Amino acid sequence: MNPQTTWAFFMDHRDEILGATLDHLTLVIIAMIIAIFIGVPLGMFIVQRPALRAIALGAASIFQTIPSLALFGFLIPIPFIGGIGKRTAIVALVLYALLPILRNTYVGLTGIDPAVLEAAEAMGMTRAQILFRVRFPLALAVILAGIRTATIITIGVATIAAAIGAGGLGTFIFRGVALVSDSLILAGAIPSAVLALLADFLLGLLERRLKVS
Amino acid sequence: MNAKISPAATNRIEFRDVSFHINDILKRLIVSQVSLEIPHGETLVLLGRSGSGKTTLLKLMNGMLLPTKGEILVQDRSTTSWDPIRLRRGIGYVIQDAGLFPHFTVAENVGLVPSLESWDAARIAARVDEMLHLVGLDPREFAHRHPRELSGGQRQRVGVARALAADPPILLMDEPFGALDPVTRAELQREFSALVHRLGKTIVFVTHDLREALLLASRIVLLEAGHVVARAAPQEFLHLDHPEVRAFTSSLSVTPGSSA
Repeated sequence: MNPQTTWAFFMDHRDEILGATLDHLTLVIIAMIIAIFIGVPLGMFIVQRPALRAIALGAASIFQTIPSLALFGFLIPIPFIGGIGKRTAIVALVLYALLPILRNTYVGLTGIDPAVLEAAEAMGMTRAQILFRVRFPLALAVILAGIRTATIITIGVATIAAAIGAGGLGTFIFRGVALVSDSLILAGAIPSAVLALLADFLLGLLERRLKVS
Repeated sequence: MNAKISPAATNRIEFRDVSFHINDILKRLIVSQVSLEIPHGETLVLLGRSGSGKTTLLKLMNGMLLPTKGEILVQDRSTTSWDPIRLRRGIGYVIQDAGLFPHFTVAENVGLVPSLESWDAARIAARVDEMLHLVGLDPREFAHRHPRELSGGQRQRVGVARALAADPPILLMDEPFGALDPVTRAELQREFSALVHRLGKTIVFVTHDLREALLLASRIVLLEAGHVVARAAPQEFLHLDHPEVRAFTSSLSVTPGSSA
């Protein structure tokens, strides 16, 4: 591997790399928005429903244990959500992102000082008021930590989505592996790593601002 | 169900043969056959060791627990027939660690029940100022602080201010000064005992500290293993002939160096 040829390759293909990075980011953002809209409300819901808790957390854990390449493969034959392309990739990414969001939402909402909850109940707050005015604001930093973990996982796993024709930075990596070209692999891997680090940094910043000691 | 606790009504609390056991396999009895009348304006201190059932009695009064047997009447109505939210909005509650909301400022903590009761902003602000003055905190200095920026004693003062904010006719206090250092505790006890006389509320105060009970109570009820074993005015309490009373009175006297 020669740094100079790699640099030259990056310069020559900067438009394609930028385009693939944007595609990649779009996949991640769509998947994360859906995962947050499912995971956070579901997490709030299972706090009140102990019977559903084990099922929801269990199911989310199972998705996480399926190797990502296999999960993409499993989804292809499924009607409506399957097939080749972005839609299938987004479904798989959502399934992956769900566990950290769901788990952190649950842990955040239940890990609150019991004295605070006792006071809230004794002051005559309704269940909904306790959830939205006490539990949720106090859990926000923990929920955001889950979203941060999920985002970083999703940025990595999204590279594999190229295997089912979803585009993104994985396209370079798969092509590079096939052609034994380090420059091509790096053209996928470096922007993906930069995205992950950036997401980690920015969400970490937000998380610290929301933390209530 | 929409009735409110009104300051005008008699703020009597009555326990009629109340038992409470934890609803698990062991069915442990926490409170056993307690009958108790707490008249309007009384400061009743529930005294007992840890695990004697004091806190359970308190939570039975605001419907956070419902009795297994018997009934508790608040303003002549059973806690089981009260709407629990309405019942609790009319009962102030102070706990040991204050239980302040860490994400709210002092002003937001104190103004919570009034805001739940949809008071307008100006009225809430005025009330918060009034309450902070009442508990000896200067609103200009403290209103905008968060609980983490307060000392233990200041937090407990805010806890008392919050419990009194909506002017509830009944106040329940669960070892409110228990976690404070002895000097701060004595200071708050003195101030609170002066406050009690001005407030004219029905107060039930839980403690395991006999000194505190003697200072604040108009009547002391002693609990042992879920049973009421003694009840007396503070002056008479020390002379009662009961082993648990003696256990508590002997905890008062200290001879320096006697165990060395």
